[in-house]
Amino acid sequence: MDNLMNLLSGFGDVLTPINLLLALLGVTVGTAVGVLPGIGPAMTVALLLPITYGLEPVQAFIMFAGIFYGGMYGGSTTSILLNTPGESSSVVTAIEGNKMARAGRAAQALATAAIGSFVAGTIGTVLLVLVAPQVVKFAISLGAPDYLAIMLLAFAGATSVLGSSRIRGFAALLLGLVIGLVGIDKVTGQERLTFGIPQLADGIDVVVVAVGIFAVGEALWVAAHLRRNPGHVIPVGRPWMGKSDWRRSWKPWLRGTAYGFPIGALPAGGAEIPTFLSYATERKLSKHPEQFGHGAIEGVAGPEAANNASAAGTLVPMLALGLPTNATAAVMLAAFTSYGIQPGPLLFQREPKLVWALIASLFIGNLMLLLLNLPLAPAWAKLLQIPRPYLYAGIIFFASMGAYAVNAQPLDLLLLLLLGLLGFAMRRFGLPVLPLIIGVILGPIAERQARMSLQLSNGDASGLIGGPVAFVIYAAILLMIAWPLVAKLRRRIMTKDVVYSGRQ
Amino acid sequence: MTTAEAQPEARRDTAQYGVCGFLAVVGVLVIADAARLRHIANSNDPIGPKPVPIVLGVLLLVVAVLYAVDVARGGTGAAEEGEDVDVTSPVDWRTVLLLVGAFVLNLALIEPLGWVISGAILFWGSAYALGSRHHVRNLIIAATLSLTTFYAFAIGLGVNLPAGVLQGIL
Repeated sequence: MDNLMNLLSGFGDVLTPINLLLALLGVTVGTAVGVLPGIGPAMTVALLLPITYGLEPVQAFIMFAGIFYGGMYGGSTTSILLNTPGESSSVVTAIEGNKMARAGRAAQALATAAIGSFVAGTIGTVLLVLVAPQVVKFAISLGAPDYLAIMLLAFAGATSVLGSSRIRGFAALLLGLVIGLVGIDKVTGQERLTFGIPQLADGIDVVVVAVGIFAVGEALWVAAHLRRNPGHVIPVGRPWMGKSDWRRSWKPWLRGTAYGFPIGALPAGGAEIPTFLSYATERKLSKHPEQFGHGAIEGVAGPEAANNASAAGTLVPMLALGLPTNATAAVMLAAFTSYGIQPGPLLFQREPKLVWALIASLFIGNLMLLLLNLPLAPAWAKLLQIPRPYLYAGIIFFASMGAYAVNAQPLDLLLLLLLGLLGFAMRRFGLPVLPLIIGVILGPIAERQARMSLQLSNGDASGLIGGPVAFVIYAAILLMIAWPLVAKLRRRIMTKDVVYSGRQ
Repeated sequence: MTTAEAQPEARRDTAQYGVCGFLAVVGVLVIADAARLRHIANSNDPIGPKPVPIVLGVLLLVVAVLYAVDVARGGTGAAEEGEDVDVTSPVDWRTVLLLVGAFVLNLALIEPLGWVISGAILFWGSAYALGSRHHVRNLIIAATLSLTTFYAFAIGLGVNLPAGVLQGIL
């Protein structure tokens, strides 16, 4: 077992006092920031990115792993205690979680979320260890046309997110692709969309885009609609679970993990689908279906596990293919590139030490999170009461600091503001932000793959389509695009039938 | 967020046409920028840097039209909700503009005055914009934050933050 040896040496790299301290710092800061209302995991990672700038890559990623899981867990605490989830992946947790909290069972809701996250995160990371190298083996055999197809699949997946308008998703994707164009063309050295501004020659830094869209955009949006009386925070003691809670939680944890990981690992997956599936399943299988809608613990345990397992799942395409499928993975990828590291199949060969240290720290971060969260939950709950002017002023403060720190040029602050205003408008008009970020990150790579494919075929357009793998992927894309249309048509025909039969 | 958006709005959201206009302008801009690129193609790179922006520009124009059609048929995008967001209230432009003002001050002052001063102004100004009126307390918090971040990040972790006029004092 090569992987096991690699993983053990990864643990060897991580298990030094200073690294453990960094992991602990990452988990603590990640949870603290993630708990703050309005800050989802992606924004947590984006805002905390500058902290790691001065560190060595391995140490930075150790801290990152902690921030990643900490931010995830922080988000679910917010949705349980405040009821208004910041990101779509914890919508489902909020349904039952907040009901439980209101019924005086906040401690049990937080406990099943924390322990479920730990179980799912640990199993998910084990699966990551097993699956990612296999995906890498497969990915190394792929050519440029196949990669182009995978990128296009990611675009299609990001734009057809559950429940949002496709035309708006596609508009957001195109804007992201245009932002990705800015800068010198790597092949010919010609400047595109730089308007003669020398600082734009290197392109717009992905970190600036992510912080602008997520942090500044969100702060401006909230500022424009600030609730005069912030939501009621439910006080909470130390999380614990009784025997019956354990009995009712462990199966949903495992089933949630089983949904979360595979769907999260798909190039067009995400956390929404598995959390919804898990909720529906638990509701169906529960011995207490009457409690659903009034605070059923299964409805917190399952979706929360699904959420965390899918987060571990998204790391498979992220590390093995360089393909981010959710906002958090997109920001992580931006962090990788800011260290000059390009995730993808070659990463496991070129930087094995880094990859395995990162995976080992995911295990450690997950464990620390459990140890930290159970006793500290009352303290996190207090963070929810931070006065809103300080909270959003703080977000803008740290966002500006982080964006300036990337290149030390004031122009980045101007870009940050413009991107923040764009993020504001997107929230106002219901344009999803994920396709934009995916477009910025993957656009340049997709273009490179397309041009490489054409190089192989001497400019013949047939070179773009490629071999069997690409064919399968294009079929999947077509299915994804066509499915809602088919469903709509079917519904229309069905309702017509109903109308006709009603008349007869 | 995932609730159906089928309900007809009491008042049509015509501001959405502005988004279509924006998309179209970006599309034209991208095509115009691509048009001035020299066509370089060789065996290593048969298509050169031109086609991708042109395809994107055309797609933007197409999407702008489809978007407008969707709006005309009564399509709306659901505004994003969140913990502290009350989407039923109208946009509070005063707060937004004050925030942008604080942002621009920081952008202009960060190099001449340094992060400690410009960052403190940024935090204080943002807190003011968001409705906090504890001026002295805010000033203390702002100064503490910018000093702490400067020492922790610029000096402690080697992050790029300018000292500005306080060079040599800090």
